Order: sequence, then C-alpha cells, then structure tokens
Amino acid sequence: MAQEKKGFSHDLIERNTLLLIVLVLITVSIGGLVQIVPLFTIESTIEKVEGVRPYSPLELAGQNIYYREGCYNCHSQQIRPFRDEVERYGHYSLAAESMYDHPFQWGSKRTGPDLARVGGKYSNDWQVAHLVNPRAVVPESIMPTYGWMKDRPLSYGDIADHLKTLRVVGVPYTDEQIANAKADLEAQKNPDGDTAGLAKRYPKAVVANFTGNKTVTEMDALVAYLQVLGTMVDFTKYQSPKQLQQ
Amino acid sequence: MTSATLTSGATLGSQRVSEEVRYNEDAIRLFVIAAVFWGVVGFLAGTFIALQLAFPALNLGLEWTSFGRLRPVHTSAVIFAFGGNVLFATSLYTVQRTCRQFLFGGEGLAKFIFWNYNVFIVLAALSYVLGYTQGKEYAEPEWILDLYLTVIWVLYAVQFIGTVMTRRESHIYVANWFFMAFILTVAILHIGNNVNLPVSLTGMKSYSFVAGVQSAMVQWWYGHNAVGFFLTAGFLGIMYYFVPKRAERPVYSYRLSIVHFWTLIFLYIWAGPHHLHYTSLPDWAQTLGMTFSVMLWMPSWGGMINGIMTLSGAWDKLRTDPVLRFLVTSVAFYGMSTFEGPLMSVKPVNALSHYTDWTVGHVHSGALGWVAFISFGAIYFLVPVLWKRSQLYSLRLVSYHFWTATIGIVLYITAMWVSGIMQGLMWRAYDNLGFLQYSFVETVAAMHPFYVIRAMGGVLFVAGALIMVYNLWRTARGDVRIEKPYVTTPHKAAVGAA
Repeated sequence: MAQEKKGFSHDLIERNTLLLIVLVLITVSIGGLVQIVPLFTIESTIEKVEGVRPYSPLELAGQNIYYREGCYNCHSQQIRPFRDEVERYGHYSLAAESMYDHPFQWGSKRTGPDLARVGGKYSNDWQVAHLVNPRAVVPESIMPTYGWMKDRPLSYGDIADHLKTLRVVGVPYTDEQIANAKADLEAQKNPDGDTAGLAKRYPKAVVANFTGNKTVTEMDALVAYLQVLGTMVDFTKYQSPKQLQQ
Repeated sequence: MTSATLTSGATLGSQRVSEEVRYNEDAIRLFVIAAVFWGVVGFLAGTFIALQLAFPALNLGLEWTSFGRLRPVHTSAVIFAFGGNVLFATSLYTVQRTCRQFLFGGEGLAKFIFWNYNVFIVLAALSYVLGYTQGKEYAEPEWILDLYLTVIWVLYAVQFIGTVMTRRESHIYVANWFFMAFILTVAILHIGNNVNLPVSLTGMKSYSFVAGVQSAMVQWWYGHNAVGFFLTAGFLGIMYYFVPKRAERPVYSYRLSIVHFWTLIFLYIWAGPHHLHYTSLPDWAQTLGMTFSVMLWMPSWGGMINGIMTLSGAWDKLRTDPVLRFLVTSVAFYGMSTFEGPLMSVKPVNALSHYTDWTVGHVHSGALGWVAFISFGAIYFLVPVLWKRSQLYSLRLVSYHFWTATIGIVLYITAMWVSGIMQGLMWRAYDNLGFLQYSFVETVAAMHPFYVIRAMGGVLFVAGALIMVYNLWRTARGDVRIEKPYVTTPHKAAVGAA
C-alpha cells in the first residue's frame, strides 16, 4: 500500500479515523443540503392558489386512518402532467394541494388507481360499499376488505390536540377551529344539524351520514377524507398553466 | 489514537505471527442466528403479501392482516431485521479482523446492541400490525421507536468507530470505510427523516414537521439513501472483506477502491428526486436527481469491477466453491441493478416505469440478487468459523440453495418486468377513436398471471433459504455430509500454461 508521496495522499485519510469521519460527513451532506434547503426558501416551490384549506376534523381523522391502513402502499395521490393521467384522473397535482399533509401521501406505486382527485367522483354510498367489499362493486379488484371499519366507533376525544399539534408544525388552524374541533367533527356527520359554522370554517366539506350509523365511525371519517381529496382548488379559475406558475 | 499506536503499526509485520488477539464472537454468533431467522421470516412475509395481490381473499378480512399493514412488516423484516443483523454481524466481525483488535466496549456492549436492536424489530413489526405508522415507506416506526433506534445506533457507532480508533493496524481497511460511511449516513438519514411532533407524550401518533412537497423530498432523500447506504455501502463493506477472503486473492485495485468509495458516497445522496419525477417537486430538483442518478452508474460499476476482478487468477474456484459463487453472483446482480436504476431514473423511461411493478422488480433484483446473495455468501463463510468447524455440513446443499434461489429471482424479476411495462403501456394506450383504451381495473386484471409467477419465485427463494437453515444447523452441530466432493479438474490448456 506504500504510495508515493506527491502532495496529497489518500494514505493520510486511511491512518486517521477522525479525518475519515469528517470527510465522509462533508461528502454525504452536500447533495442533501443542495436539494432540500432551497425547497424551504424558494417561494415558487408551492403555487399560490385559492381554496386549499386545512382538513376539517373529520377529514383529518379520516386521513389518519388512511395513514394507519397503509393505503399509500397501493395508491398514489399525485397526478403527473401527462395526457392519459389528466384524462383518467383530472388536473395534474399541485404542490399546494398537499401542503397540509404531514407527511405527504404521494405514494410510489399504483396497485390501485390514483386518489388525488377521487373526491366527488363516486357517491358516499359507493365509497362505503366499496370499502366494505371492493369486489361487490368492482369484480376484478384486489383490494382488501375493510368491513370491520364500518361500525367501529371513531376515537376522537383528542381531536383538538391533533389540530393543536398540527398548528405547531405549520398548519394554520385558528383558535376558533381548535375550539370547535369536536363539534365540527360531529356536525360533519349530521346533515340535519346546524352545519353553518362547519361550512364557514371548512368550505366544501362534504356533510353526510356516510355509513348510516348513529355514532361517528372510522369509515365515516375515511369517506369524508376521500370525498374532499382534490376538490379544494377550483381549476376553472386557472385557465392556463401560466397562471399557476406564480 | 496517538503516534504510539502508529509506531506499533509500523512493526506489524513481525508481530503478526506471534501476537494473538482474542476476538469477540459471542454476539456475532447471535447476530448471525438472528439474520437467518429474520431472513426466513421476511421472505415468508414477502411471499404471503405477493400471494395477497394474486388472491385478495388472503387479506382475510381482518384489520391486522391486510396488505397495507403487512407490507411494512415485510420490508422492515428483510431490510432492517435480516439486512441489519447481517450488517451488524459482518461489520463487527470484519472490524476486529482488519484492525487486529477486539471490540471496543467488548462483548457486553455488542450483546446489548443485539438484544435491543432485535427487540426494536419486534416492537416495530407489532406496531405496524396494530396500525401505528408514520405513513412513510421504510420509515414507518412511530416517534418513540425512532428514539429507541437512535440510541441503539449511537451505541453501534461508538462500538464500531471505537474499535477502528483503537486498532493495531496502521491503516483503516477499505471495508471499514464503507461500514463507517454506512453507519454515519444512516444516522443522519434516520434523524433527518423522523423529526416529528407527537400529539401526546403518552400516545404513539405524531405528525412530521415538514409537509407536502418538502416532506416528499426529505422522505426520498432518506428512502433512496436507505438503499444507497444501508443496502449498498454497508454491503459493499461485506464485499470488500469477504470476496477477497473467500477467493484468497487481494482486492483487484486499491486505486479503484478509493475512487469507488468517494464518488459513490458523494453521488448517491443526490439521487433521491428520481423517485419524484413529474410530480409537484420543482423541475430543478428532478433534473438534479436524474443527472446524479445517471452519473452514479459509473462508481457503481467501478465497484462491481473491483469486486468481480478480485477473482483474477481464481476463476476456477467458481466451479468448486458454491459459497464464492453466491458472493460473485451477488456482485453481478449489483452490476445489473445499478445499470437498471440509472436507466429508470431517466425521465422519459421513468414516465413509463413509475408507479408500476417494474420498480418493484428493480428493487428485488437488488434486494434478492445483491443484498441477500452477498449475505448468504458471508453467512456460509462465517458459520464454520464462528462455530469452530473445519467446514460446512454440505457444499452441495449450498449449490442447491444457489440454484433454487437464482431461479426464484429470475421468475420474480422477469414477471415484474413484463407486468410493469405492460401496465405502464396499458395506462397510456388510446384506441383509434382517441379514448383511453383500458379502464384502470382492466390493467389490474391483466397483472394476475404475473403476480402468481412472482409469488412462485418467492416460494423458491424461501425454499432456498430453508435449505440454508438446515445446512447451517448441521454445520453448527459439527456434522459433515457424506457427498461427492467438488474437485478441481483443471482444463488441459490451463495445465499446459502452468
């Protein structure tokens, strides 16, 4: 291993553990820093569009079930700007549309279809029937059944804490939204009740008794979440891609 | 670490014969047993979820057995449980031999790391099944388990680096550079991707500080480099020790090792955004990711050449030593996957391959062909040494394992190539009236035969692993199988040349 000493020699690094450690740390840090830091500093990273709002308490509870069940293992939430994808799923996804997802759920595999704009595409009843037994409505489907979720009461006693936690990490929940978290969650499940406050705080939230159960169930929450996906931005307001580029 | 040690290093040559170091091997035996155990568990879990995709009734209608909850069990079992225990075993074995020093912190610390790491694995798997997850691929464990793993990892770094710092060799051997880069970078990645805020200190649920596009970039910076440093750099450390050892030849090129090491660890970190092509991630980041992924092909093949060419002058051993065959084939698979990877990172190719089974096939040609095969080679090397046996129970059984597993891999990756490319093409197909030709679910139905073939590949891979378990069990007991030995039958021309 005797190397001729002409200026710098790698020999030095091989004899000095600390030097090796420091050089490794520098070498592996550069790429990450260059790619990650600017995403927080360059303003155009997230488009300025109207309509994207924090999730309603029931939608948030539904998103947490989406995380819990690992739906991202088979479903993406990210439509690419290709003709076939836009025709199949709708307008390509904007960074703004997932800005309140902690963490993102873009996914990496489409064993099932993309869900970025599934909101409003099917009725509430279809969603429930499909979750209970996907093959009852789509015979070729290979999705697991989630019938057990339909009647299981949702645990939401701490829903306000979830909103508070999210506010700390950057979701702009207002004091009013946090104070009304539990009431809003229940209101979204009860179309016969007073939903004016909910509609004001969370425009476009789908209000329905999704499962028909008296209590709020896990499936109510999950369907509420699915029904809002991709519906927040009104794309008729943005006719050309230029307007989206900020 | 002062000049005193360096001085003694200078006189190594004369000391080497006389001085014996008592290496710590108890914990390494435990790591090897755990690696084999988790390997079988992980392969079985993978085969089971592969069958779920072919036959959805196997989800059983229970919340704990759905694909969404079991897939992280599979990935964690193979990457962190199997791969992790292999890396602990091989790195702690290699660092002692190449530093001529017992473990810093001794057997006690190594065993402490062993038990805690494996308890972590069990807790993580249980938590997924029960529905606790951060919702990020390969980073599913919730905040409290992340903290636990951080402590274990720091102790591992102390033990490994401490051993290197107290070494009785003057130079740090190349395998240890790779192990060191793996340990340090995995620490950075793990911490960087798990900065979460728990909802309550008594609950498991937490939210990540970063959201949306930023969390996507951080996740794939982590995710791709879990591949780059956990499954590549760490296992290259294995290659640089076990291939030369088994082939009884020096590493092909010292200079290539240096170039390989620094370019690999520099370039890998940049490749993450190729998981996010055509998404809402800004174009500049995507372009950087693609560019560096293509460049990464070069150091990867440099490393492959360095590993394979180490057999220069010893190629005949491939005929008589199936253990070496595992090691060398793994490096060949490494070369194939690291060509396929840069290819798939090119945006127009990625437009077709992304979201399809092609990606899954690519991962498995690396995971089964490279990571698992080099692990099998290292384990077959280690078990007779660690259990103080003169030889393996049976080399023929190693060969059966090799061929069973190889056929399994071929079935797996060819099925995924076909299904992935087919699905990608079906998604974008238009009929002559200008409508999308296939509904999504038609493409799902078309996958079925390939999912069955893939699962059969998995069954063969599990079968191979069970042959290994039997062989190692008999080896540890000290048995030797009566079988036709592998004998060198030199080629006539070669004899003449000699």
